[in-house]
Amino acid sequence: MTPDLILFLTLAAVAVATAVGMLASRNAVYSVLFLVMNFITVAVLYLLLNAAFIAMVQVTVYAGAIMVLFLFVVMLLGAERSAGDERLRWQRPAAAVLGLTLLGETGYVLFAGATTSGGLPGAVVGDFGSPAAVGLMLFNDYLVPIEVASLLLLVAMVGAIVLSRDDRKKAR
Amino acid sequence: MNVPTSYVVGLSALLFTLGVIGVLVRRNAIVVFMSVELMLNAGNLAFIAFARASQSLGGQVFVFFTIAVAAAEVAVGLALIVTIFKAKHSIDIDQMSSLKG
Repeated sequence: MTPDLILFLTLAAVAVATAVGMLASRNAVYSVLFLVMNFITVAVLYLLLNAAFIAMVQVTVYAGAIMVLFLFVVMLLGAERSAGDERLRWQRPAAAVLGLTLLGETGYVLFAGATTSGGLPGAVVGDFGSPAAVGLMLFNDYLVPIEVASLLLLVAMVGAIVLSRDDRKKAR
Repeated sequence: MNVPTSYVVGLSALLFTLGVIGVLVRRNAIVVFMSVELMLNAGNLAFIAFARASQSLGGQVFVFFTIAVAAAEVAVGLALIVTIFKAKHSIDIDQMSSLKG
């Protein structure tokens, strides 16, 4: 086992453990915090996979902004307790069977040789994945998609405001 | 980090499966929504792994756009959840069985 492999396996174990913790915890606040931990672990993986810019975006946008929004809504609604009684008894076994089937299928596709690009080693050339290179590519080759993404974020912001405001005009 | 790409994609598949199980099992709408985020994140991890394997920055740029779309989706989705909570006083997804608000 190389140090790289040990590092990867440790991070993978933390990521899987926090994902399971998110699914298993009864309290939604704990779920949010587990997911923040998961996102930060995946950000470290991005950093090790020559994607420093994406790692920073992951920490600031995902672990920072999006999860704080989740935490805010959980506390606003007081929805941290999960609903108690189980009405669909077959739901859990069915989910376990379907999940294991999906995992088996993806594992089969991965390790039965269906992908040819699976075994490439990690030796990278030059400054591949440096923030400067990604930024240059974003604003040279992907300028129109950037503008479309900004428009999409504006539409989402307006939509969120319209959806969640009080309809006081109707009451009058 | 000198790790075969297939290991990273395997981790991505595992995280995606956990997200699917979360969507299937949990009934708290916010936790279901967070499981969807977990699945998006697993997809991003596969993109980054393949971008490194093929030495192409396009994968990283695509992940950037995925994160932007996820942010927009979360804003609208949480607004929807708040609206449903105002109407029904519950975010149990089993309660959301009627189309009429």
